[in-house]
Amino acid sequence: METNWLGGIAGGALIGLSAVLMLLFNGRITGVSGIVGSLLINQPLNERLWRAMFIIGLLFGAGIYIAIHGELNIHMQASRSLLILSGILVGIGTNLGSGCTSGHGVCGIARRSQRSITATLIFISIAMLTVFIKQKLGL
Amino acid sequence: MKNNLVALIAGILFGLGLTISEMVDPARVIGFLDITGDWDPTLALVMASALLVTLPSFSFILRCHRPLCADKFSLPDKKNIDKPLIIGASLFGIGWGLGGFCPGPAITALVTLSPDVMLFVLAMLVGYYLVNFVNKYNVKK
Repeated sequence: METNWLGGIAGGALIGLSAVLMLLFNGRITGVSGIVGSLLINQPLNERLWRAMFIIGLLFGAGIYIAIHGELNIHMQASRSLLILSGILVGIGTNLGSGCTSGHGVCGIARRSQRSITATLIFISIAMLTVFIKQKLGL
Repeated sequence: MKNNLVALIAGILFGLGLTISEMVDPARVIGFLDITGDWDPTLALVMASALLVTLPSFSFILRCHRPLCADKFSLPDKKNIDKPLIIGASLFGIGWGLGGFCPGPAITALVTLSPDVMLFVLAMLVGYYLVNFVNKYNVKK
């Protein structure tokens, strides 16, 4: 695939801006795994509401993109059974490791957190290794 | 009330960012993670661009007394690099490499109503809940 220079830089800036607004106004870290996962536990309504609003926003943002661009193309990279395994691992891993690409990668590094820098280096290198092995096995 | 509106706007910006950068497409993510093939640096551009915004802003914001619409900053209190962090990040890395989806893009890609995406998100929630369940059981013991 050809590098998406403009989309990558503009999209990254929007993601950064989103994280800045959340910290500046709400004092919160924009970590999607935590925001989604916290909805699974019992908590007061106001704690649930802002998280639900953020998720609705994600879907709404993608809706705006579709309205402007006409379509949203995604190309699955794994069979259904592999997708299920992948999903379970992402769920377990982000809960146990307290974050994902957004919480550790974008926000944690910006806070200069040692934990987040370590986590980001680990998940990116392990993911690269996984892709390498997956291709060698022809999966 | 105001912080719900902020969360909605932040969500919209985040969703737009993930779609404009095409990070919702697992093919883009795998293109970055596959360093032996025709390497696609787009994901690195997205992260670098996001960090260019967050790095200077965060250090400025965190020097403020409190956020504009809340009583205090709610930041993670863990400081040390422990076993759960390392094991968790590794498991997440395996899952991310297998499917090309991490939580943000997967949730955002639900708008396509693709059964594959729904299946992934469901599995992700099951995995997340599993850790809560085991933790609760361990505390009870």
